[in-house]
Amino acid sequence: MMAPEFFYAAVIVMIGAFLALLRVFFGPSVPDRVVGVDTLNTLIVAGMVLLGAAYDRTIYIDIAIVYALLSYVGTLAIAKYLQGGLE
Amino acid sequence: MIEWLIGIFLAIGVIFNLLASVGLLRFPDVYTRIHAATKCTTFGTIFIVLATVTYAIYSYFWVEKDPSWITIGIHSALVVIFLVLTNPVGAHALGRAARKSGILPHGAVIDELEGRL
Repeated sequence: MMAPEFFYAAVIVMIGAFLALLRVFFGPSVPDRVVGVDTLNTLIVAGMVLLGAAYDRTIYIDIAIVYALLSYVGTLAIAKYLQGGLE
Repeated sequence: MIEWLIGIFLAIGVIFNLLASVGLLRFPDVYTRIHAATKCTTFGTIFIVLATVTYAIYSYFWVEKDPSWITIGIHSALVVIFLVLTNPVGAHALGRAARKSGILPHGAVIDELEGRL
């Protein structure tokens, strides 16, 4: 724990992730909830990078790379499903 | 000096990520929410990774010559490269899927995709 400013930044990013979670809970339509999940994914990647810098661990940042690519694939799959399947 | 640079980068990134969440709660329909969330989170995460890379460079050259700092910097840069390449494409697919499933924009005046889907 060498850099406390990265911890404070991670806490504020998690507050933003909570606000995005409210959109997932109260979203009136299905694409609203998916937009909330997409925002949540990007905020979690940012939080992983911040925590990796704060704890000086490389492995957290590798997990952030994998999470970014997998969340992209998940968003594309849900979008394909919403528009009515493969064409 | 360089601590101030890291702090300014972190403040810009965190403020833009918070603005994305507030826009997600405040905007009226799904297209404006995509507009707010995608661009603000991508820009904010670019600045957060800039702060991390600056911190890694500073720690490698002025604190200790540990090669794990180089790994942290390069992998953070890889995170932001993947995010910048994939995030707008995901938002585009999502907006297209929302329009194809019949959701009209809130208060739209013209709709050029009418009858062309």
